[in-house]
Amino acid sequence: MSGYVIRKPGRAGLPPAFLFLAGAFVAAWVLVSLFGRGQFLSAANISNIFVRSVALGIVAVGQSFAILGGSIDLSVAHLISVTAVMASFIMQGDPANIARAIVVVAAIGLGVGLLNGLIITKLRVNALIATLGTGLFMQGLLSTSFQNFAGAVAPEFEVLAYGTWGPVPIPVVVLLGVVALGALVMHRTRFGARLYAVGGHAEVARLSGLRTDRVLIGAHIIASLSAVLTGLFIAARLGAGAPWVGQDGVYDLESIAAVVVGGTALAGGRGGVLGTLAGVLIFSIMDSMFNQLGTGAFLKQVFRGFIIIAAVASYSVRSREEVG
Amino acid sequence: MVRRVPPIFVVLLAICVWISLLNPRFATVPGFMSFLMRAAPAAILAAGQLFVIVAGGFDLSVGSLITLVVLGSSMLIDGDPANTAWVIAVMFLIGIAVGVFNGAVTSWLKVPSFITTLGMLVTLKGFALLWTGGAPRGFLPNNFRVFGRNRLTGVPLLDEVPYAVIILLVVAVVATYLLHRTGWGKQLIALGDNPRAARLSGVPTAKVRILAFVASATSAVIAGILLGGFSGVSTNVGDGQELGAISAAVLGGAKLLGGRGTMPGAIAGALTLQALFTLLNLLGWPKPLRDGLQGVIIIGAVAYTAWRERRS
Repeated sequence: MSGYVIRKPGRAGLPPAFLFLAGAFVAAWVLVSLFGRGQFLSAANISNIFVRSVALGIVAVGQSFAILGGSIDLSVAHLISVTAVMASFIMQGDPANIARAIVVVAAIGLGVGLLNGLIITKLRVNALIATLGTGLFMQGLLSTSFQNFAGAVAPEFEVLAYGTWGPVPIPVVVLLGVVALGALVMHRTRFGARLYAVGGHAEVARLSGLRTDRVLIGAHIIASLSAVLTGLFIAARLGAGAPWVGQDGVYDLESIAAVVVGGTALAGGRGGVLGTLAGVLIFSIMDSMFNQLGTGAFLKQVFRGFIIIAAVASYSVRSREEVG
Repeated sequence: MVRRVPPIFVVLLAICVWISLLNPRFATVPGFMSFLMRAAPAAILAAGQLFVIVAGGFDLSVGSLITLVVLGSSMLIDGDPANTAWVIAVMFLIGIAVGVFNGAVTSWLKVPSFITTLGMLVTLKGFALLWTGGAPRGFLPNNFRVFGRNRLTGVPLLDEVPYAVIILLVVAVVATYLLHRTGWGKQLIALGDNPRAARLSGVPTAKVRILAFVASATSAVIAGILLGGFSGVSTNVGDGQELGAISAAVLGGAKLLGGRGTMPGAIAGALTLQALFTLLNLLGWPKPLRDGLQGVIIIGAVAYTAWRERRS
């Protein structure tokens, strides 16, 4: 297996989603300057836009792996809740428990990703149903055991949400680190190349000797682990986890939306995590803009739906295939 | 076509027998009618969703459309029962417009329906909240709520029949006829089974698919009117209904990404979910655990179908 040359998949340059990102940035800048209150182009606001992107950005990177492989993960929002609650419940405010909490939630993430992958590949259950099911199951167990905020994270742990590294907030460093790691795995490893092959055409990949099941299971483990990291970040930010934090953020559908706005095809095989970062930033810029324009949260939501459709339409409109 | 009894009916019957053993009132006419009345919105929604699923798509926008129907109706009726009739007509027009939009964007802009309707889910919910300022306002008058909570009296043999059950029955018959007895139904299944082959053999794919989304959106409007009647005005009335409808269709033997599914199966799937909740409630399971078990059951049902398919 080690002899063959792997064609580097994906684009060399920036994905087209960055064009939309630039457009959104300029539009927000102009509109806020004309009609809004405050500076759009201040260091504080730019930093704010990035910090807003962290929770969604991390889980969306993992979601990119699932979608790139032609799968999808609807269980991430529930896993985020499980992680946030378990982390703060185990820590009980004591820094001595930080390591144990992280090990436990990482193990949970690994288990959930493995379970999702196995149900999809071995039991041949459609990914949407499989992850909807595991998500409902996790949420059921969690909400039965916990009704409210449970425990507390250690004060030292809140660095993950509130610390700074020079002028840069630590969460932004974490987000960019996760994106860089994701891009590295996707574009520079054999696993990444195989994931593109499986997502592009699973049957062809299988017939050419790839163990497609293992690749998909790997993608689901990455998706779950990224949800765990988002859960840890949210617990650090809130000081404790509650069983509704994941669903309140609609991280399942929002992460899927960010991935496809970033240019990754829902059918798999095309796209990448850099586009996903652009997708997440577009959402954050729009959020920031609507806030500064003072239009309220609901108008923002109305626009967001159209942005999702319009962005994906711009990638898909030239396709001549039938789409279901 | 229904060739033999699908497993979902056996499961539904078994659960109903179990419920009757725990609560004999369930097996009486009024008890079963109440059960059907509560299940009617979900069953109607599942019937609508099936048109989209057999054609290879998803309609995630139905939950938000339900919320929009409930909140929008209470805003437009504005406490005056005289407005009910035209407001219901307007709601159906909104539903048809949403369905045409979903189908047209999917067919012509080639946006996968999962994304199109996800976008609509976000937009419609935002629009409903924008309209009402984020809090449920106003109320629905009696002549609106009658469909969801009242009963037709003086029916021979049955005595009282909820309007919701009559509406469910009409929807079930019409939907079964449309999917299994018309050319459009056959074209939908052909489209879901193999879109390229369907197009090359002359199926007007765009028209066929747009009508499927219109059917789904229409079912959401009906479900919204029933839910508004049954439980009144709230901003989260539609939340999660889309996933329930998809689960019900899948439990009833429909294949995601199209090509297979039966209308009686989808409706039985929705009734089974409702019956299961009733049963677990009687057994004293808390609501979160009931939801959790639902997750295991839909995975199990789909895994079982996949396993049976591989064996044959």
